[in-house]
Amino acid sequence: MVWPEFGRYGRVWSPWREMERLQQDMNRFLSRESTPYSTTFPAVNIWASDQDVIVTAEVPGADPENLDITVAENVLKLTGSRKPEELKPGEVSHRRERVSGEFARTFRLPYAVDSGKVDASYEKGILKVRLPRAEADKPKKIAIKSQK
Amino acid sequence: MAEKEMQKREASSPVETERTKNMKVFIPRVDICETQDAIVLLADMPGVDEKSIDITLEKNVLTLSGRVEPDTHEGYRSAYVEYEAGDYERAFTLSDEIDRDRIEASVKNGVLKLTLPKAEPVKLRKINVKSA
Repeated sequence: MVWPEFGRYGRVWSPWREMERLQQDMNRFLSRESTPYSTTFPAVNIWASDQDVIVTAEVPGADPENLDITVAENVLKLTGSRKPEELKPGEVSHRRERVSGEFARTFRLPYAVDSGKVDASYEKGILKVRLPRAEADKPKKIAIKSQK
Repeated sequence: MAEKEMQKREASSPVETERTKNMKVFIPRVDICETQDAIVLLADMPGVDEKSIDITLEKNVLTLSGRVEPDTHEGYRSAYVEYEAGDYERAFTLSDEIDRDRIEASVKNGVLKLTLPKAEPVKLRKINVKSA
């Protein structure tokens, strides 16, 4: 039990003020710790239809040879790296905001995909991967026999 | 780097100008380095190519702007969203005198590279003081 400090808020200790303080602390904690969604580089969007999934990622300045996509059932793994700009002697860096280094991201897709039919393209710094749904995973319509 | 910093930062729209297109504007992340004879700027602008980028230098304010096509896929529903497509805008004040005629710009894989060569330094002129 922490005894309230009297000197802090004036003469009288008030439970309301104490609660307000707690709320402020909580807000500060939440605003620092939480983001609307978990993001690490690169940012990814996933689009789905009944037939296939499209995964797009903003990976500007990557060498397509340094990008690796692996798929196993409904798990997609995207790994790669972006080389940092090397400074030569005599050069001075003013700003360094771009993300560099290695990255690895794993996603669970809405359904299992056929890893043999995945195709990927890289254009204008955006990676686009199209993954068709596995035949075995497609929903099947079951005919109901009517009995007379 | 903290998670929050990874996200795209949305530009605060200045009061003086308003965009006709209802699209978000983002601040591209940049690396700027100064070499002996130039300032080299790299900006991450995924979705932008050489046709959809505008670079202007007015007095010593350098403005970069890039237009991005909206990221929509017909017949698909959005299953997971981490980024939004939007235009890019950012302006810098340049401290050194720049040789405007030799500015070079190129875009590759969504990264803009801008080389701003420094102008030849103004030659010092010594003024002789004659004795009266």
